[in-house]
Amino acid sequence: MTARFELDNVDCRYGARTAFEMGKLSIAVGELTAIAGPNGAGKSTLIKTLAGLVTPVHGEVRLDGVALQRFADRERARRIAYLPADSRLAWPLIAIRVVELGRYPFLKPLHGFTEEDGELIKEAVQRAGADGLTERRFDELSSGEKARILLARALATNAGTLLLDEPGAALDPRHQLAVMKVLKAEAGRGVCTVFAGHSLELVSRFADRVLVMDQGRIIADGPPQEALSPYVLSDVFGLDAPRGITPPDWALA
Amino acid sequence: MKDTRLLLILSGGCVLAGLAGLLVDGFPLAALFAGDETAHLLLIELRLPRIALGFLVGAALGLSGAALQGYFRNPLADPGVVGVSASAGMGAVAALYFGFSTLSALVLPVMAIAGAASGGSALLFIAGRGATATSLILSGVAVGALANAMVALAMNFSPNPWALSEIAYWLMGSLRNTSWTEVQIALPLIAAGVAILLTTARDLDSLSIGEDGARALGVNLRDLQIRLIAGTALAVGAAVAVAGAIGFVGLVVPHLIRPLVQHEPARLLMPSALGGGALLMTADAATRLISGDGVPLYLGVMTAILGVPFFFHLIRQTGRLAP
Repeated sequence: MTARFELDNVDCRYGARTAFEMGKLSIAVGELTAIAGPNGAGKSTLIKTLAGLVTPVHGEVRLDGVALQRFADRERARRIAYLPADSRLAWPLIAIRVVELGRYPFLKPLHGFTEEDGELIKEAVQRAGADGLTERRFDELSSGEKARILLARALATNAGTLLLDEPGAALDPRHQLAVMKVLKAEAGRGVCTVFAGHSLELVSRFADRVLVMDQGRIIADGPPQEALSPYVLSDVFGLDAPRGITPPDWALA
Repeated sequence: MKDTRLLLILSGGCVLAGLAGLLVDGFPLAALFAGDETAHLLLIELRLPRIALGFLVGAALGLSGAALQGYFRNPLADPGVVGVSASAGMGAVAALYFGFSTLSALVLPVMAIAGAASGGSALLFIAGRGATATSLILSGVAVGALANAMVALAMNFSPNPWALSEIAYWLMGSLRNTSWTEVQIALPLIAAGVAILLTTARDLDSLSIGEDGARALGVNLRDLQIRLIAGTALAVGAAVAVAGAIGFVGLVVPHLIRPLVQHEPARLLMPSALGGGALLMTADAATRLISGDGVPLYLGVMTAILGVPFFFHLIRQTGRLAP
C-alpha cells in the first residue's frame, strides 16, 4: 500500500520534555488509523507533527515522499485537513461560514468561492450529517452539532489526508458512532485518515490500524485486536481486561 | 458584494458627518453662495482639510481596531494594546520637549511616525518568532508602558509650564489648525496602512477556529503578525502624528458594527473604517459645537467621554457571555 506519511527517527519536544520519539513509522493511504493512549502520551503532538504544525527537533516527516517542511503553507493546507481538539470558536459565526473556512486554502486573492467550492461545501455538509444546521449560529448549537459542523469544515477541504485530534471528545455514544462512520467512509474513499481517540470500543470496532502510545513512544502497532491486547491494556491503560476489548455492535437507531 | 447596503449607509453617515463639520460653528453659507472670497478660503483652506483629516484618522483607528480585535479574537483589543499609539505619542512628545517641532511643521509628525515604527519593531522583536496572540499582547502592553513612561518623563522634566501644557494639550488630541499639509502627510501613510491591513481579512476569518486551526488552513502566523503590526504602525502612527492621541474609536466602532456583519472578522474591516471616519467627524463637529469661543474642547477628551459608556457596556456584556 502507498505510504502517505513516513517518519524517520522523529523526535519532538515541548521545552526540555520529549513529547515523543520514534524510529520508523509509515501511515498508508486509504486506511483508518487510530492513535490510542492515556492522557499525555503524545497523541496530539504526533497528530500536529503529521499536520506540519509541530516541527521535529530531529528527524524527518515526509508527505508523499517529500519533506513536510518543503511544502508552502497553503499547499500543505490543501493536502492535509486538520481538526483540532479545541472545538471553541472565537466569534458566534453562522455555522456555514465555519464550513466555508475549509475552502480558504484554495481561494485566490480577491476572488470569492467558485462553483466547485460551493459544491464541495454542500457535499461536506451532507457527508458530515450537518444538513439543517448550516444557517444556525455556531454558539447556539449543541456539542454534537458543533462537532458535525467542524467535521464538515475539515471535509470541505477535500484533502487526501484527514487528521483529527479527539473528534469524539465530549460527544454522547450516538454522536461518537456517527463521527466514526463518517471517518470510516472517508478512509473508504481513499483518504488517509488518522485520529486520536479515547474510546477504545469504537477504536477497536472501526480502525484498520491502531498505534498505542505511552510516554511518547509507540508501544503497539497493528490491527485493533492485536494492538489492544490484554497485556497492552493492563500495561498502558491500567485496565484489567483478560479477554481484550470487544467491539460493540451498536448501530444508529 | 454582501455588505453593499451597510457600506452605503455608512458612507451616507460619513457624508452627513462631513456636512455637519462643514456647517457647525457659524459657517457663512450665504456669503459663500454670494461669492465671498473669505468664505471660499474658509471652506477650502480650513474646513475641508479638517473634515478630510477627521475621516482619515477615524478610518485608520476604526480599521486597525477591527483587524486587531480579529487577530486577538477579543473585542477589547484596540490600537492602544499593541503600544503603537503610545509609541507614536512618545515620538511626538520628544519633538515638543526638545523643541524640534518649532523647526518645521513636518518634524512632529515625522518623529511621531518614527516613534510608531520603532514601537512596532520593538514589539515584533520582543514577541519574537512563533509568538502567540497572548505573548504579542503582553509585549504590546510592555512597549506601551515604556512609551507612556517616556512621555511622563518628558513632562516631568519640562523646563516651564508652557512646555508642559503644550505636551498635555497635544496628548488630548485635536484636529484644530489642520491644513492640507497634515492631510498630505497622513494620506499616503494611512492609505498604505489600510491596504496592508485589508490583506489580513481572510487570515482573520481563519483564526476564528484558533491558532492551530488557522495554521492548518495555511495561515502563516508570523507573516500575519508582521502585516498587522506594520499596517497598524503606519495607519495609527500617521493618525496620532497629525491628530494626537485619540482613544476609544478603535475599540468602540468595531464593537458596534460587529453584529451587523454576523461577527465575521473579514467583513468587519471595511465597515469599521467607514464607521470610524463617521464617528470621528461627528465627534469633531460636536467638540466645536460645544466648545465655542472659550476654552477649546479636545477631540481625544470627547471620544473618550463618548466611548467610556460603550466600554462599560462592553465589559458587562462580555462578563455575561463568559462561560
